[in-house]
Amino acid sequence: MMLRSVLASSALLATTSLISPALADDPLRVVASFSILGDMVEVVGGDAVAVTTIVGRGEDAHVYEPVPTDAANVAEADLIFVNGLSFEGSIERLIEASGTTAPVAVASVGINVLMTDEDDHSDHSDHSDHSDHDDHDHDEHAHDGHDDDHDHDEHAHDDHDDHDHDEHAHDDHDDDHDHDEHAHDDHDDHDHDEHAHDDHDHDEHAHDDDGHDDHDHDEHAHDDHHDHDHGPEDPHAWQSLDAAQIYAANIADALCDLDADNCETFEANAAAYGEQLEALHQQYEAQFSDLEASERVFITAHQAFGYLARDFDFTILSPQGLSTESEASAADVARLIDQIRETGAQALFVEANADPRLLEQIASETGVSVSDTPLYSDWLSDEDGPAATYLAMMTHNLNALVAALVTN
Amino acid sequence: MSAYDFLIAPFADYAFMQRALLGGLLIAFSAAPVGVFLMLRRMSLTGDAMAHAILPGAALGFLIFGLELLPMTLGGLIAGALVAAGAGLVARMTVQKEDASLAAFYLISLAFGVMIVSLRGSSIDLMHVLFGSVLALNTQSLIMIGSITGMTILTLGIIWRALVAECLDPGFLRSVSALGPIVHFIFLALVVLNLVAGFQALGTLLSVGLMILPAATARFWTRTALSLCALAVALALLSVIAGLLISYHLAIASGPAVILAAGVLYLASLLVAPRGLVRSNLPKHRHKVA
Repeated sequence: MMLRSVLASSALLATTSLISPALADDPLRVVASFSILGDMVEVVGGDAVAVTTIVGRGEDAHVYEPVPTDAANVAEADLIFVNGLSFEGSIERLIEASGTTAPVAVASVGINVLMTDEDDHSDHSDHSDHSDHDDHDHDEHAHDGHDDDHDHDEHAHDDHDDHDHDEHAHDDHDDDHDHDEHAHDDHDDHDHDEHAHDDHDHDEHAHDDDGHDDHDHDEHAHDDHHDHDHGPEDPHAWQSLDAAQIYAANIADALCDLDADNCETFEANAAAYGEQLEALHQQYEAQFSDLEASERVFITAHQAFGYLARDFDFTILSPQGLSTESEASAADVARLIDQIRETGAQALFVEANADPRLLEQIASETGVSVSDTPLYSDWLSDEDGPAATYLAMMTHNLNALVAALVTN
Repeated sequence: MSAYDFLIAPFADYAFMQRALLGGLLIAFSAAPVGVFLMLRRMSLTGDAMAHAILPGAALGFLIFGLELLPMTLGGLIAGALVAAGAGLVARMTVQKEDASLAAFYLISLAFGVMIVSLRGSSIDLMHVLFGSVLALNTQSLIMIGSITGMTILTLGIIWRALVAECLDPGFLRSVSALGPIVHFIFLALVVLNLVAGFQALGTLLSVGLMILPAATARFWTRTALSLCALAVALALLSVIAGLLISYHLAIASGPAVILAAGVLYLASLLVAPRGLVRSNLPKHRHKVA
């Protein structure tokens, strides 16, 4: 009995010291769910944070298998960053199971969420009519009225403190694909509304307890669409340089909450990083500016580049079913071949570390050449690889697009 | 929709469908007869076990050489051969029967394979690589599948008499010839070869399907080894064509579609075939009078 209470009190002491990082001058122990987010946290946090990632470089969060050291890292963390938008899947259960008391910050809060389209799969069963291509336009939803929010003059990105974190802007999104309504012009209100996030009916925190191995959103009655397991919200928001600026601001906010002494540094880092990201955005927008709409088409397997496509007005030909998670049907492949023939798309990218065989067959059937530069979607390369940091990754991907679409 | 649109157009319009058809038909020609002998030798589940046993070899080949057909195929062959030989030797040299020793060896092999996969981390969805797709058959894969089909048919022709004799009475062949174990191992090699060919197109798990399901279906209709083989091949060919058309028209993943087509044929035969559920159990008027 005595022994047990001694153990209990020493455990309590240990816990107390864990959650009071300010007592020591050690850097904050921060865990990020995957490598790209980890890199962003390192940039914003600088020397004041020590970052570990759960899903490391070159590893795919979609097929992540937890190992005990991950749970240990999470348990000892002062702060945990996740992407949100149901990207993490089983990693959220790992965080829960680790018993950590650290706050979990969602980096994607306040971004302009892209919905994966839901309607255009209903025509799968009626595949016989190949001449009717009107209903094959995959990216219609993503691009509708996109001109408005693509106008960067309105974004006022110079001032990174005033990103619009207002979750209310997303309330009507479950049914509504129209991204124009995001009201990007009211940037002044700096409305980082933490409480709004709670009642935002997204199941990031709600679905820990019901065993969702497969990222499935039951809430959205979406079960019949197993073609993209993430659910209706596209989680790959870091592929948008715009959204990444909001990520940086969110990271700075979360770090400030735990380490007020270094808050100014965090915010300055986030602002400087945001400017770099915006500069990159402007630079490539200029490079793509001469492309006609019909030339802004490329083909890739994984549906990870929706945000990139939205930022730069690209159309991606990439039928559901070609992701790493599911097996393609003949109908999917036939549809993609039809789309390629119809649009005359000439740029085909395989993804780094992904299985290229099917795309290679499609390329040979349509006469499209496969780009020799693979795109990076969900993870960073090794430190000496082409996508060692988030900035390097985006530069690499955009350069590959320039090489395939502009230079040729 | 005309019959042409439904049956012919998918294959006429798309080269990938032609490749899928060719690959599937080649596999049907060689896997179905192998399945017949697996069934006659009461080794139907051996195919399943061997499919798992292939995993570590293919995974190792992939991890060392990348997504190259030859190393992955050879790796799978070697792993399969080791498991088959190990299980066979243990069964012949100890008290343990072959089902138990095979289970032990394939489980060791499977665990080894999963370990290799996780050692590498999960940078690529290795399971997806191992699962293959009949829609992604490149020329190299087709050549390999074709070679295996040729080799299988040739080998079956050579060992046919011994195989049939051993199926009918294993003791007889053993008593008149020392060839029994050799024939057995050659046959196991054919099983592994066909699984390796199959996993290019259908993946490690489903490649067994084209082997066993048509053979089991044929058993409802006929008895002799030759007619069983012929019918099993016909059923496998039908499954491949039907599965690809289903995958095309209904947007269903092609691997499962092919195997499910074979499954439907099995269930239908179970109901209506002479040796099926219904007609076997009907009262037999003629012979009851005795």
